[in-house]
Amino acid sequence: MNNETHDKAGLSRRDFLGLAAFGAAILSALSVLAGTLRIFKPNVRYEESMKFNIGKPENFPAGTIKKIDEKNLFVFADEGGIYAITAICQHLGCIVFTTEWGFQCPCHGSKYDKNGNVIAGPAPRGLPWFEITQNVDGTLVVDAAKEVPRGTKYLYS
Amino acid sequence: MSDLNRSGIKRFTENLRSLKDSFLGSFLRSGRLTSDMSRAAVMFNNFFLHIQGVKTHVNTLRPTYTFGLGLISFFLLIITVASGVLLMVYYNPSIENAYNSVKDINYVVTAGKLLRNIHKWGGEGMIIFVMLHMARVFYTCSYKAGREFNWVVGIMLLILTFGINLSGYMLPWDQLSYWALVIVANIIQSPREITDSLGITRYLDIGGFFKELFLGGLTAGKESLTRVYLLHIMLLPIFLFIFLGVHFWRIRKDGGLTKPESFTPEEGDIFYVSPPEKRGGIFTTHKTYGLMELAHGKTPAVDRDIENTVLSWPNLLLAELAVFMLTLAGVVVYSFYIDAPLKELANPLIPENPAKAPWYFLGLQELLSYSAFMGGVGLPGIALLGLALIPYLDREQDHVGIWFSGKQGRIIALEALIVGAAVVIGILAFVVNFGWFRNWWPEIPQMLITLINPGNIWVGFMIAWSIFVIKRTGSTRMGAIALFTMFLVSYVLFTAMGTYFRGPNWEFFWSKSQWPLH
Repeated sequence: MNNETHDKAGLSRRDFLGLAAFGAAILSALSVLAGTLRIFKPNVRYEESMKFNIGKPENFPAGTIKKIDEKNLFVFADEGGIYAITAICQHLGCIVFTTEWGFQCPCHGSKYDKNGNVIAGPAPRGLPWFEITQNVDGTLVVDAAKEVPRGTKYLYS
Repeated sequence: MSDLNRSGIKRFTENLRSLKDSFLGSFLRSGRLTSDMSRAAVMFNNFFLHIQGVKTHVNTLRPTYTFGLGLISFFLLIITVASGVLLMVYYNPSIENAYNSVKDINYVVTAGKLLRNIHKWGGEGMIIFVMLHMARVFYTCSYKAGREFNWVVGIMLLILTFGINLSGYMLPWDQLSYWALVIVANIIQSPREITDSLGITRYLDIGGFFKELFLGGLTAGKESLTRVYLLHIMLLPIFLFIFLGVHFWRIRKDGGLTKPESFTPEEGDIFYVSPPEKRGGIFTTHKTYGLMELAHGKTPAVDRDIENTVLSWPNLLLAELAVFMLTLAGVVVYSFYIDAPLKELANPLIPENPAKAPWYFLGLQELLSYSAFMGGVGLPGIALLGLALIPYLDREQDHVGIWFSGKQGRIIALEALIVGAAVVIGILAFVVNFGWFRNWWPEIPQMLITLINPGNIWVGFMIAWSIFVIKRTGSTRMGAIALFTMFLVSYVLFTAMGTYFRGPNWEFFWSKSQWPLH
């Protein structure tokens, strides 16, 4: 290598062009790879809707405890109103069941109180409550994609 | 040119008659194995054999040095691949048909149940023997003297072995498969535990991103099964075989298996070694090297202990054949008597109680029951990184090829075994009796539990103990022995805890007979 050009620029012309060509090749290969990764994100999801109908309010008189199995959801009603809590454990996705003091997860022993707050076990957060709205025909709709603050109860008639 | 005078038909019939000899000659290249010269030639002329040296060191052949553990792992892989291809004849990877096709394999297909058992136990046997092989390589100090990178390749193979086993576990689409899939998907999502604590999940949801990539959606369904199947039969095996090729190639390039600096043949060696017919000729006691062979400096095999090597054909190949026969016999007999489990069809509404991962992950599941992120991602990541870095943090080059590096190493290993077992059992007993932060202060922020939980405390203790050993003995090798021994001890103990002592709701029971009936 010519010492003079090396001292002046720090990098000879030949090395610069070589590096530039190599860099361009790497860059284009990486962008092709990134484009290919896009295929892993499906454009259509064959999953059930997160928003679903649970029926008329009169089906949920005060004191109701109802589990809607296929939606993994608990619906409760008391004097304060009607509210929906998920049955999916926030630790690793098992299905919790109700006990006299709240909810229990069978997989890794997480425990929640009646409002879904974590009281024991590894769950990083409490069970979320979901928004309940009313359709024009009077039926109630739960949106499992919309969390509401714990304690939000809905009075519908 | 008398040939031209004979008729073409005559030459054709002659060719036909000598077909056997001419074909065999072209196939074998080296001819009949009647001399040491031809026994050497068969090794470097044969595509399948040339990855092994023409001559093998007696130490390599000693059963008490390697116990054949790496070979057993490899043969288990071959057995598992062969049985897996046969299972693919009937298995159908769709959530509608998967379970029924596995049932068909079990109850309808000729020898299907045996085949499935062989596939299952061969694969899980790989986990055991890959771990044992790793322990052998570690304790004989064989990750040094140019073999550092091959140790890292070995760690990659360990990870791939776990990955292939886990993805296979999900394919039957029974209750075990489905809930393992759900739990693994949520482990992948567990970086959310960190981002939630920092309150940045809305902007940077790493966990959710990878979970969706893995499941092909937000919940476990038909896309997920397709992806797991792709991983199990194509992606992971491709990587496994590439890394395996590199692993084997590096063994040769790094100078074969390790051996002690000062090696003396023993009386008993004669039981598994047949010495060469003659010394001299191409088998001088001192090998000579061409310029090309010497030009590249650090070749561990060069001019060391040539007099203690014997021909690979037949010595090494007979030993390998024997290990293969034993491995195959072991797998077939075990599979004949013990059936691979198959539970009810996957039911997304009812998790098993207790919902347990496959046994080789039950140690992790115990850690998961402290913190999902640390147990599923953080601590296994630290452990694997630590394992991979061992050869770079311990660079002492003496005692290579000696079990436990001598007497001091044995004492350090025994000490680490006792201290490690005591501390792990102590931690487990504490957690079972007193619980953890959440049981004492329910309002405690999650971040504190993620940072301070029994799993982290154990890993911290392991690191502290091995640094203490390094300080006490002045040797990084001794520190490595302490660390590795504690790693093995805790893997076994946590796995035993998850397997035998955790029942419904992940509560502690002394035995399965005390589980409450539902």
